[in-house]
This record gives sequence, C-alpha cells and structure tokens, in this order.
Amino acid sequence: MANLSRADVEHVAHLARLGLTEEELARLEGQLNHILDQYAVLATLDTEHIPPTAQTIELANILREDVAQPSLSVEAALSNAPERSGDHFVVPAILGGEGGA
Amino acid sequence: MANLTRLHAHEMSRLLRAGEVTSRALTEAHLDAAERQNRALNAWLVIDRTNALVMADAADARIAEGRRAGAAALAALHPLCGVPVALKDLVSIEGGQATAGSKILKGYIAPFDSTVTARLREAGAVILGKTNMDEFAMGSSTEHSAYGPTSNPWALDRVPGGSSGGSAAAVAAYHTPLSIGTDTGGSIRQPASLCGIVGLKPTYGRVSRYGIVAFASSLDQIGPFARDVRDAALLLHAVSGRDERDATSAPMPVPAELLSLPAGDDEAAAYLKGRRIALPKEYFVEGMEPGVAARVREALAAMQAAGATVEEVSLPHTHYGLATYYIIAPAECSSNLARYDGVKYGYFDRSSGEYIADYLRTRGGGFGPEVKRRIMLGTYALSAGYYDAYYLKAQKVRTLIKQDFDAVWAAGFDAICAPTSPTVAFPMGARIEDPVAMYLSDACTLPVNMAGLPGVSIPAGLSDGLPAGLQIIGAPWSELSMLRLARAYEAITARAAWRDLEPAELKLTDDPTTPSPIERKERLRSAPAPGSGPRA
Repeated sequence: MANLSRADVEHVAHLARLGLTEEELARLEGQLNHILDQYAVLATLDTEHIPPTAQTIELANILREDVAQPSLSVEAALSNAPERSGDHFVVPAILGGEGGA
Repeated sequence: MANLTRLHAHEMSRLLRAGEVTSRALTEAHLDAAERQNRALNAWLVIDRTNALVMADAADARIAEGRRAGAAALAALHPLCGVPVALKDLVSIEGGQATAGSKILKGYIAPFDSTVTARLREAGAVILGKTNMDEFAMGSSTEHSAYGPTSNPWALDRVPGGSSGGSAAAVAAYHTPLSIGTDTGGSIRQPASLCGIVGLKPTYGRVSRYGIVAFASSLDQIGPFARDVRDAALLLHAVSGRDERDATSAPMPVPAELLSLPAGDDEAAAYLKGRRIALPKEYFVEGMEPGVAARVREALAAMQAAGATVEEVSLPHTHYGLATYYIIAPAECSSNLARYDGVKYGYFDRSSGEYIADYLRTRGGGFGPEVKRRIMLGTYALSAGYYDAYYLKAQKVRTLIKQDFDAVWAAGFDAICAPTSPTVAFPMGARIEDPVAMYLSDACTLPVNMAGLPGVSIPAGLSDGLPAGLQIIGAPWSELSMLRLARAYEAITARAAWRDLEPAELKLTDDPTTPSPIERKERLRSAPAPGSGPRA
C-alpha cells in the first residue's frame, strides 16, 4: 500500500509550484495513494537487465544547415505578455533589495 | 443539391473540381449546422465564420484557376482544397486562441501557425474553428475542459470520449467532414470509437508536433478524424512528413497512395485475401462490455470469411500498460507544464506581490483538477528517492511492452486487431470522481502510444444502440497498409444496416429547449447518477 502522508502531498505540491486549497490537498492525498497502489503491479516484474525506453523511433543527430531562418518578431513574442517593459518581459523579482542584485 | 453536410471529403473534392459545388457553399452549410447545434453539443469552442469564408473563397479561386489552367493543374491541387476541417483547440493558428481546454491559456492568442495548420493552409483546406477537449488533453471524456463538457450526439447525456471529444463529436454530428485531434494514450481512437467514426493515431514522428500544446512529448501524436477511411487517409496525407521545426518528426516518405485508397468495395475487400491478423487475448480486459467484445469478434469473423487468417497471440505485458503509462505521461506532463508561470503568456495572479506566492497562485488558480493530479503524480515520480522506483522502472517496462509488439511483427503478422475502448460511451459524471475508472478507458489504446505504433479505430456496429470501435494496430510506418485493411473492413460491411444510422439524438440538438451539456452536468450532479452500465 502506498503511504503518501499529508506532509508528502504538501511537499510535492510545493516542488510543482501548485498552490492548493485545504480541500484539494485532502482529496489528492486519498486519490494519489489510490493511484500509487495501482503502480505496485510493476514491482512484480524483474527488469534488472532491461534497458529503459525514452523514445521509440531512435532518430539521432538531427542537424540542419547552420543558416539563419526567420523567427518570431519581438512584437509577436511579447504580444501575450502580462507585463512588458520595452522589448522585455517583466519578471517577478527573485532577489531581494531595491533595484535588484 | 442534397444536404452538403452529409458528403464525405472525397466526394466534396470531386464535386469541387467538377464545378458542381463551391467551397463557400460547403463551408456555409457546415458553419450553419455547427452554429445551430453547438449550444446543445458544446463540441466547438470557436466557430470562425469570418476566417473560414475567406479561406473558402481563396480555395474557390485556386480551383477556378486550376480549371482554367487545365487538367494537370487541377490534379496538382491537394484533394482537401476547399474541404472544411476543424482543429482541436491545442493546435496553434496565427491570430487565434489555443486554450488547450484550460483556464491558464484563456485569452492567449497564438502568434504563429503550427506546422499542421501551415500544411492545411498549403493544401487549401478550410479551417472552420476550434474544438473542445479535456484540459491539456488529459482525460477520456472531455469533462475536464475548463469550458464545459461536450455531449455525444448518439446520447446527449453521455460523453463523447476524450481528450479530443469536441473533434470527434463535430465530425459525428456532420458539422465538419474532418477534424484534427491529438492522441497521447488514446485521445483520438477512444472518442472515435465512442462517437462511431474513424480516428487515426499515426506512428510517432509521422506528424510534426511544432505548434501543438505539449502534454507528454514522447507519446503525443497528431492525427485525423473522419467519417470514412478514405477521408482519414486524405487528411493524414495533408499533415504528415518531416519538419525541420520538430526534431522528432521522421524523414520518412509520405505514401502518395494514401490519396487513392480503393473506391470500389470489391477492390477494397480483395486486400483481405492472405492477410494475417493477430488477435491479442489480453485486450479482452476485465470490465469489457460483452456487446463490445461481440462486435470485435464479429468483425474478425467477417475478415476471416473474406480471406484473412486470424490467430490469437499474446502481448504478455499488456496488464502492466496502465501503470506504466500513468507514470510516464504524468512525468512528462509535469515537466512540460512547468512553463506556465504567468510571465510570458496566459493567466496570472500577482495579487500577493511575492514571487513564490504568486507563482503558486497562478498555477493553483489556472490549472483544473485532473491537470493538477497529473502534475502531482509526475512530480512525485521524478522526485529524489522515487525516480528509480517509478520513472526508471516504467521506462524499463515500456521496453517490455514494445518488445511484445516487435515479436508480433517478427512473426509476420500484417496487423493486430483489438477493441478500441472496453465500453461504449458512458454517462456524464459516471467516472469523474474516480480517476482510476477513467484511466481504464484507455487500457486498450495506451500500449500503442508507448510502443510508438500507428493505430486506427473504425466503427464496428452498435452495442445497446451506441457505437463500438474496432482498433487496427500496425507496425511502425505502416499507415498505408493499416488503412487498406481498415478500408477492406469498411467494404465488407458496407451493406450492414447500422452503417445507415445517424447519431440517435442528433435531431434533438436542433431543438432550442434541449439542455446544454453544462445544464446536463448540473442536473446529473443534483440527481442520482444513472449508473455506468449500458442503456436498456
């Protein structure tokens, strides 16, 4: 049986940067444990010598000529920005102090 | 001319070239139907009359120019020139919305076309609008859309499947002959099955993912919905092929024969002679409705009678598919959806003025419950201490699942046939509170994504008055032979009585007193659920 505690759920929510309500945390605790129980079936398989598969078509070294191609204009790229300053996105300050670091 | 909305795309194509119908007339007929009936279906999030008519007029001009320039010029036009198509609302179209069914992308206007959109423009197809879907393509019922659920035209109290439920319902309701969906674990094939139409998931890498809102990048593929196999092949042809903007799109030639699948039933049926079809015993899963299993077995008996051989095979790791998928897909989703931070585009909440708190509020307020659940699962499976037990383990089991399929191809089989969905369309609300029950909808489709294979769901008759689907699974890059087989099945059942039936409750959608899907959802929530069993 999976045994994800309420504190575990809160920790994962913080890692995922999801602000969850009390009600959501309580519901997720039950649901995540129920879903994790379904994963237990995998432990019954011996996969020690099996290589992992990350993608199925095995393309490698996809290259193109190193020639500049048209790309999005600054205006287009900024057209959905909640807040802009000149040609830049305004991002939240992540370092303390007036005027930034 | 008779009702233009009942034509197949290949018929429209012929009539357009013969000058017997215009793209404008076709487009208006479909827009009229969509606008009239969408209140009761909620299949469409955008019906874009203005731009559709501009595209229709441009297509009419191209066809007229082709006719003036001679037969060769006319033949050089793509068959979809002038034919209407709908896009799932996660396909970018420059200047239009792409919500992916989520509040977090409400108001976002795509500044560029996806490669699929660009290829449809190049072909001259007419884009009618954008269709409803489960948020970020996570779901099997379209109930997880932030813009309300979609009804199934066969039974309005039931779901159309998902996540591409709007695209499937719009085609089943004759609002468009063709639509585009995406399939990460069954999101094209399962709704095609539940709505009684054709839905194809191509080989991973066949269609460029550039400009498609990402869910799980090693599993996502884009593909067509249509009301017959030939039409699905036309749309697949239009959007397939290598694209420099998606490094996972493969440099594989797109077969021109997709444009010329046999029209005649006898010629189409002849393809079955000598074909070897594998029937995986594990796909008749627990909880499969007897009526669905019966339709699939009848389909195989019919193919056998037409000259194919059918042999039971084992895909021994099928049982592990669900758990494997529900580790890998959420892990990839938690990584892909990290980009929604309220800085570059989309919903944002900066009310606290503090960086981390605003980040939490933006994502907590912008994502719906299923997306949050999957982000949580994925984050957990990738987190320190659990990576080996969950994510790495799942990737190893993915190898075993792929090897099961490899063994079938190595044994010389032409295709695998199986049910698409274990059940017919289920009632709205029946599985929404039980994620594991919802996930079981995809038990027969998601192993195909994990192995990167092409698969198509085609109608195989009715069970308790609702459509059941036959799934045909092919080896990598075998879309053409897979579709020839599907076309052959269509040909040998062309005279079946169920083929003439239109969705049973479609007529109700013309009635302005018919409740909307949101009203149905509210009503079903307040009344006891009708249960998830088949209708009496």
